[in-house]
Amino acid sequence: MCATCGCGGEPQKHEHDHGEHHHHRDHDHHHHHHRVVRVEEDVLAKNSRIAERTRGWLAARRVLALNLVSSPGAGKTSLLERTVRESGLPAAVIEGDQATERDAERIRAAGVRAVQVNTGTGCHLDAEMVARALEELDPEPGSVVFIENVGNLVCPALFDLGEQAKVLVASTTEGDDKPLKYPHMFRAARLVLLNKVDLLAHVRFDPARFLACAREVNRRVPVLQVSAEDGEGLAAWYGWLRDLHP
Amino acid sequence: MHELGIAQQVIELAAERSDGARISRIVLEVGRLSAVLPDALRFCFDAASEGTPAAGAELQIIEVPGVARCRQCGGRVELERPYGRCACGGDDLEWVSGEELRIKELEVT
Repeated sequence: MCATCGCGGEPQKHEHDHGEHHHHRDHDHHHHHHRVVRVEEDVLAKNSRIAERTRGWLAARRVLALNLVSSPGAGKTSLLERTVRESGLPAAVIEGDQATERDAERIRAAGVRAVQVNTGTGCHLDAEMVARALEELDPEPGSVVFIENVGNLVCPALFDLGEQAKVLVASTTEGDDKPLKYPHMFRAARLVLLNKVDLLAHVRFDPARFLACAREVNRRVPVLQVSAEDGEGLAAWYGWLRDLHP
Repeated sequence: MHELGIAQQVIELAAERSDGARISRIVLEVGRLSAVLPDALRFCFDAASEGTPAAGAELQIIEVPGVARCRQCGGRVELERPYGRCACGGDDLEWVSGEELRIKELEVT
């Protein structure tokens, strides 16, 4: 008789696994043994491990990687087009979008290398996508890699890509209370760029209120007012980049 | 809808740990400040688990409250949102709990 389940099976005809979970080969009655497995692991542990590896890979090459996040249409790509042309820093770009190569083509037209990642139905980039894109991009040692995330202020907040910092791009055509509506992302940002300040005369947007809301969520975050259209404030953004650049 | 991606990670990690056995229950801790909605996660889990060892499994979610410590007065602050202030007026808060997104245990058959 089997000592584990008490059935009459011949010992050599069935197997025992971990002492309690076992299969019988010679008969078909089923035993429902429940077994509890302790896990105690973060759901995003795999993503975090890949992100940490990427961080080490970037540090070894003295590459500064920044994760640019915003809602759709805040002007990330326009800002990057100018930045790669004017900042004087050696740069390359990873473009994340659900579909098309359009943004990567715009960046290439601005004169630097770009790899497009299409997430399909996915609403954010993850560490594995970025690790693969970095291998393809093979950034020069000492350069800056801008990772333009999918336009979305919710989901990308959860996924570490291995970047050094998140830069949040907001714009004056959105609500000035946006930091309170998307607090996770504003909390995660190391820098906030308020874009489209050239439109301030035409929109109902109070920059002081925006700053107060941003500080409510992230008490020390610097907020720079910029315009990717006429170039206002961009020198401060380039200065911030140079300060962070290894 | 990052809950779908989260649900897929839960299923992948659970399947890894169950060694191919059928999973009947997954116990998950979800913090109030984690940016993950339990209801949306359950909905996505049911859809994403079809055809996996976790199909039909019960997803038991333990919600963990958001708690912070005020660096100014040392007081305890309960947070419903990922920001807030202490009763003393301090806004320099150290988060103590609420960011959890962990699988605690599985039940396999």
